[in-house]
Amino acid sequence: MSEPVLSVRDAELRLGGRTLWSGLDLDVAPGEFVAVLGANGSGKTSLLKTVLGQHPLAAGEIRFAGEPVRRGDRRIGYIPQQRGQDPAMRIRGRDLVRLGVDGERWGPGWPSRARRERVDSLLDAVGASHYARVPVSLLSGGEQQRLRVGQALAGDPLLMLCDEPLGSLDLRAQRVVSELIDRHRRERGFGVLFVTHDVNPVLGMVDRVLYLAGGTFRIGPPDEVLTSAVLSELYQADIDVIRSHGRVVIVGAPDHSHHEHEHPVGGA
Amino acid sequence: MNDWWTQLFDFSDYGALLALLHNSILAGAVLGIAGGLIGVFVMTRDLAFAVHGISELSFAGAAAGLLFGIGVVEGSIIGSLAAALIIGLLGSRARERNSITAVLMPFGLGLGILCLALYPGRASTKFGLLTGQIVAVGDPQLGWLAAVCGIVVVGLLVLWRPLSFASLDAEVAAARGVPVRFLSIAFMLLLGLAVAASIQIVGALLVLSILVTPAAAALRISSSPLWVPLLSMAFALVSLVGGILLALGASVPISPYVTTISFLIWAVCVLAGRSRRDRRTLGATKGVLAA
Repeated sequence: MSEPVLSVRDAELRLGGRTLWSGLDLDVAPGEFVAVLGANGSGKTSLLKTVLGQHPLAAGEIRFAGEPVRRGDRRIGYIPQQRGQDPAMRIRGRDLVRLGVDGERWGPGWPSRARRERVDSLLDAVGASHYARVPVSLLSGGEQQRLRVGQALAGDPLLMLCDEPLGSLDLRAQRVVSELIDRHRRERGFGVLFVTHDVNPVLGMVDRVLYLAGGTFRIGPPDEVLTSAVLSELYQADIDVIRSHGRVVIVGAPDHSHHEHEHPVGGA
Repeated sequence: MNDWWTQLFDFSDYGALLALLHNSILAGAVLGIAGGLIGVFVMTRDLAFAVHGISELSFAGAAAGLLFGIGVVEGSIIGSLAAALIIGLLGSRARERNSITAVLMPFGLGLGILCLALYPGRASTKFGLLTGQIVAVGDPQLGWLAAVCGIVVVGLLVLWRPLSFASLDAEVAAARGVPVRFLSIAFMLLLGLAVAASIQIVGALLVLSILVTPAAAALRISSSPLWVPLLSMAFALVSLVGGILLALGASVPISPYVTTISFLIWAVCVLAGRSRRDRRTLGATKGVLAA
């Protein structure tokens, strides 16, 4: 196995005096697809923020491409959830992708052929060329997320961080967007850390699952982690994992609960 | 009626007036470029209300500058930079920002009214701070106006890409390491300067006609990152220079001409934008169906 692109060692994250998780060890290999699952408030999104260098760890370390993580590494792509009210809705699709190409550089960025061609090739790579000049607000959620994938590909990422990229999409769009991410990680060989509350749209693609619950976690292939025994132990409650028609249904887990503060939180 | 008309429009001796008041026209052009440009970011960052708040504190500064003999221009710059900094530092989220602005606004206006009430000088000077001047821009005034507008334009060009990224797509921008917070404060300071400059021409109550209306009009008819700023600058420039040219011979301030032209441009853009959007929506739907 090649050097991991992301390497988390004995990491602990605390937010507002609360320990979200501790003792976390995780390696993501190039081209590997890791889904991050867990209840609301279990620290899934916060894990992505620590990889982005936006939250410091309370203990342990995270290395990306062999170096300690820092803010603003171009080689980390980031795909957020589709939201309806962003100011980004007012611009055109190709301008959204363009922000990913050179948005962080100083200066006005006068029009240039090189950049135009770069944006065109990214739009082409995600199949968004035919609606690139339409304002984002007029596009469907799936079309918008395809642009987000194109934007995130602009930095030629080694690692793609996806924060609920399928949230608020219909089933067909969920499939299109997750297949797009899957195809590009195979072609380009970047690792994927994919935060989602529903594993089913990506179940056939993920190599491993990181399940966060109750301050502790479990990592492994989906078949080994998504079982009644493992999740019952994680949650310290009776959880049933039901498999039906290739889908996984988790019964009894406080997945969409808004009472996450009531769960016992401690070190792993 | 005829009397009113000659007060509003009087083009006798127009050539002589034009020569006499070319400073005002230059001032309008310079302000139009800076105001139209920064207006685009005021719109994307949703800062229209904050602009109004800054302008009231800038008015207070100008009035204090008048009263204490520091100078109207100096006072208004100090006032608007202070307001911009307070709003920028305390109001990172829209809701906080709005409440801070709402608190600052009456305070600034009250302070300004107090200073003007205590000021023994001419009443028209006082009135002008709120509602704009009767055209007369001296050489030193034009000089500082050009300098302030120059700083605003150059500052915006330097910050352009990261500021656009942070304004349009803050989450991804932060992930890319764009200094979102620094940009927000830096932008507020440039906005403070633009407000202070606008106040000298159109008055504290009407700065929105320069810093918001032209950009809002441009966004109605275009989504292009190139055309929106260009159109916004053109609209602001036409409003200001057109307003000044119409007001040259009149005995009323230039501000009603400027605000009327900028409003009319906006109204036309709304109508033009509506038919354009209908076509777009139709086209987009077709594209999806074909895909």
